[in-house]
Amino acid sequence: MVQQQLREKAKELLSNKTVDLIIGFGEWTLPLRTTPVFIRTPEGAKSLVWNSFCENNLTAYLHKFSRLKVGLVVKGCDARSVTALSLEKRFPNHPPLLIGIPCQRLVDRKKVKKAVKGEILQAVEQGDLLLVKGENFEVSLKREDFLYASCRSCAHRTPHQAHILIGDPVEEVSLVDAHPEVSKLEGMSPEERWSFFEKETSRCIRCYACREACPMCYCAECFVDSSRPRWIEKSLSPSDLAFYHIVRAFHQTGRCSGCGACERACPMDIRLTFLTQKLNQEVKDLYGFETGIQPEAAPPLSTFDPEDEQEFIK
Amino acid sequence: MGSEEHWEPKILAFLCNWCSYAGADLAGTSRVQYSPNIRVIRVPCSGRINPLFILKALQGGVDGVLVSGCHPGDCHYLSGNYAGRRKSATLKRFLEFLGIEQGRIQFSWVSAAEGVKFSQVVDEVTKDIRRLGPLKKFKKSSAFGVQSSES
Repeated sequence: MVQQQLREKAKELLSNKTVDLIIGFGEWTLPLRTTPVFIRTPEGAKSLVWNSFCENNLTAYLHKFSRLKVGLVVKGCDARSVTALSLEKRFPNHPPLLIGIPCQRLVDRKKVKKAVKGEILQAVEQGDLLLVKGENFEVSLKREDFLYASCRSCAHRTPHQAHILIGDPVEEVSLVDAHPEVSKLEGMSPEERWSFFEKETSRCIRCYACREACPMCYCAECFVDSSRPRWIEKSLSPSDLAFYHIVRAFHQTGRCSGCGACERACPMDIRLTFLTQKLNQEVKDLYGFETGIQPEAAPPLSTFDPEDEQEFIK
Repeated sequence: MGSEEHWEPKILAFLCNWCSYAGADLAGTSRVQYSPNIRVIRVPCSGRINPLFILKALQGGVDGVLVSGCHPGDCHYLSGNYAGRRKSATLKRFLEFLGIEQGRIQFSWVSAAEGVKFSQVVDEVTKDIRRLGPLKKFKKSSAFGVQSSES
């Protein structure tokens, strides 16, 4: 079983001091959730878990432990974030040791909560089924129906970059329509697209949870916090909200692994992944680049080709 | 800006110091006529353009933005315009995807010898933006306070 193997491997790595710290997922008191755990002793390894609720992109924690040798539990998307970060030379001293787990795709807790009436007290996975118990109900749901949209559109679920792979690799799938939301928007008129975008972002409360959850947002001073120059006002006007979301997404161009951490972190349920998905599509289309797939390819916006597309330039 | 009837497009032009800015100068000294709708900001290179400049301009009330730099291979800093080209291409596509009309943000290559081309580019851009009308989508309305004068 993957979880057992993970614990044994973690224990071994900590015992022989290959790593100082293992960042993984642990049991949490709420159902349908896990919590990041930071393990420093071999005995602690038994608190690691692996299930369909291990949704955080733990890569975001690496910035806090740059002086330690870190073992990081990664899914396919998380491993791609690590690759993208190493391209940006984020790990000059100790590149993290990646303990990869081929991803079975994760369950969207918000979708599960919507599907049942009342508070969920317990949720257990059994094969393809999800047994959800509450005070006066008990249902078994099909796991397949409750996956995250970002997981559905994931084409690289096995973390091939990982130093240690636990479990069997899953088959790479080529998706016909990887980003249905982007395609749907592309079919609309510019006016409809803008009103969709503005409607989504108008709910934003500027808590910056999307930024904090993202492993790629590590700037010491974010453009929203800069006061000189003051790029953006600290208001909730529709224009400023749109501004924030355009730039947050644009700063991910060619860097986003599509893990969906931004959208999961959003307390206002704003659709966010379609923005970065669109940008990912663009760089793939224009420059043949996919984040975290080629470990040597320079990030698309920090390089160029004299033959780049320039139809749009007069 | 006056009422809708007397609306004139307000266009911000970022011009590269080494080519387009000199091209604009040449257009001026050659007495070439072109639309008076552009406001010029001189930048060291088209690669200097931060997408934030363009967004900030649109938010602050311009109806369109023109970015003009050196032809491929002519960059004073050897590769600034190539790097800028990638940023421009992705930003333009992204903003159009979000619903900012095609033509609001335009790009051109104008060398220091192309005064006439510069005037043609400005006329074309002005015509496009006049056709699109005033920018309404992204502009900050005064109800939420005016822009800070400090930068």
